[in-house]
Amino acid sequence: MIDVLYFAWVRERIGLPKEQVETSAATVADLVEELKTREERYAAAFEDVSALRVAVDQELTDFDAPLEGVREVAFFPPMTGG
Amino acid sequence: MTVRVQEHAFDLGAEVQAFALGRDDAGAVVNFTGIVRNTPDGNLDRMEMEHYPGMTENALKGIEAEAVKRWNLKDCLIIHRYGTLRPGELIMMVATASPHRGDAFEAAQFLMDYLKSRAPFWKKEFTKDGAEWVAAKDEDEDALTKWELLNRD
Repeated sequence: MIDVLYFAWVRERIGLPKEQVETSAATVADLVEELKTREERYAAAFEDVSALRVAVDQELTDFDAPLEGVREVAFFPPMTGG
Repeated sequence: MTVRVQEHAFDLGAEVQAFALGRDDAGAVVNFTGIVRNTPDGNLDRMEMEHYPGMTENALKGIEAEAVKRWNLKDCLIIHRYGTLRPGELIMMVATASPHRGDAFEAAQFLMDYLKSRAPFWKKEFTKDGAEWVAAKDEDEDALTKWELLNRD
């Protein structure tokens, strides 16, 4: 089980901030493909992954990052702090 | 080196005073403060600042650690707020202390450039016309490229 977190408009589009996902996806990109097949709201949120950023266990990474041993994956738009 | 992520307001004068006073190792303290800017037509009701608890603190500490590697810093402070912020409220501040002003200025700018697009915060603006997520700007990403190029020299 992996905790999957969503922030900002990704959270709004999917309709929840966090969920537990049972997955055998090898990489973040594989997980995204799995989620997209679930429901239209996931497909809408992940329509253009170039507009998204991903963190694995709270470290920014790429969509080809492996998921083995990972506890937490977060999806969000580019950050706007400061 | 200090990082604080908090919902409540901070006292800018007291923070900078406490940061600067009582040191004899640093001849220069630089402070940058970020303020919630209204829209040009004064339409902004509020801003909601969302963040990723846990990752936010770690990302800011990582950015601080990188600044300490690059410049001669005696101390460093980042305070960043989240939650509901009204126009004119202080969102965040950084302060740097260094023996000389050059390092203090550059490190403060580096901290700002990195935390703008590498710390997990997202701004949503609420006006009378509705609500909108603030989009990241290309120039913010360009600012990082500049520091990365400098690092290779």
